Amino acid sequence: MKGNNQFITKTILFSLFLFFIGVSFWVEFTPGIEIGNNFGLFSFQMVKILPAIFILIGLFDVWVKRETIVKHLGKGGGVKSFLWVFVLAAPMAGGLLPAFPIGYELYKKGARLTVVLIFLGAVSIGRIPMILFESTFLGWKFSAIRIIVSIPLVIISGVVLGKNFDKSGYKLPEKRLDKK
Amino acid sequence: MFFLYILTIVALTVSYIANRKKTKKAIIVGAKKLWMITPSFMSILVLISMVLYFVPNDLILEYLGGSNSYSAAVTASIIGSITVMPGPIVYPICGILVSKGVSYGVIASFSSSLMMVGVMTFPIERAYFGFKFALLRNIISLFIALAIAVVFSFVEGRLL
Repeated sequence: MKGNNQFITKTILFSLFLFFIGVSFWVEFTPGIEIGNNFGLFSFQMVKILPAIFILIGLFDVWVKRETIVKHLGKGGGVKSFLWVFVLAAPMAGGLLPAFPIGYELYKKGARLTVVLIFLGAVSIGRIPMILFESTFLGWKFSAIRIIVSIPLVIISGVVLGKNFDKSGYKLPEKRLDKK
Repeated sequence: MFFLYILTIVALTVSYIANRKKTKKAIIVGAKKLWMITPSFMSILVLISMVLYFVPNDLILEYLGGSNSYSAAVTASIIGSITVMPGPIVYPICGILVSKGVSYGVIASFSSSLMMVGVMTFPIERAYFGFKFALLRNIISLFIALAIAVVFSFVEGRLL
C-alpha cells in the first residue's frame, strides 16, 4: 500500500514537472527550457540504455543458475571473482546508474557483497567507452596512471568493506523493487 | 552503446533458439523490474537536470580554473560528487581545464569523483543496497578520488 502511494506521489510530481517544462517552452522561460533540454538529454541517454540492460537482466535471471554465480562470485570465488567483475564492467555504458540494478541482481543470485562493491568500483573506473573518451582528451598516460592507481584502491576498499558487512551480517533491503 | 545492443540482440537470439518460453519469461521479468524502478529513475533524472542548470559548465571552469593547490582538488571532488554528467560532456570539459593550466591532480579529482561518487543517485543506490552500503561506498569512493589526485600531484611534471 505504501509503495503504491509513493508511486502516485511520484507520478503527480512528475506530471507537474512536465507541465512546468511545457509552459516554459510555451512562454519561452529560459531556465525552464534549459532544465527541459537537460532532462531530454539525460532521459534520452537512459531510454537508449535501460531497455537493453533490463532485457539482459531478465535473461540473466532466467538462464544463469544460482550455483554458477555462487561458485564464481560467491564465498568460494576467491580472487578470480574480482577479475570476472572487471571483465563484466568493461563494456558497460551509461555510468553507475544502470550498474546498480545489475549489481543487485548479482547479489540476489549469490554474489558476495565484496564482489558487488568491486563491480560498482570497476564500473566507475574501468569502462572502456569512458576510457576512450578520457584518453582522447587527457592523453593515454593520464588514463593509464589513473587506472593503475585506482584498481588496487577499489579492490582493497571492496574487500575491507565487504568483510565488515559480512561480519555485521548486513543484508540488502528486500524491498518493493522486487515485488512479484 | 553499440556493443550493448549487439550483445543484447545476440543473447536474445541465442536464448530464443534455445528456449522460447524461457525467453518470453526473461523479457517479462526484465520489463517488470524496469517498470518498478522507472519512477525512481525519473525523479533522479529530474533532479539531475535541475542541478546541472544551477551548476553550469562555466561555473565549474571558473572554480577550478587557474588554481593549483590541494584545496582546488578538494573543491573539484565536491563538485564532482554532486554533479552527474555523461562522459561525452565530462572529458571535453577536462580538456578545456588542462588547456587553462589546471593541474592534472585537480582534473583527476574532478573526473574520478564524478564517476565514482553519486550524491544525486544516492536515493536509487539506497533503494537497491540499503543506506549503510550506499553511504560507506560513496564516502570511500570520495577518498579514493582524492588519493588518485594526490598520486597525480606527485607524478605531475615527471610523467605527465
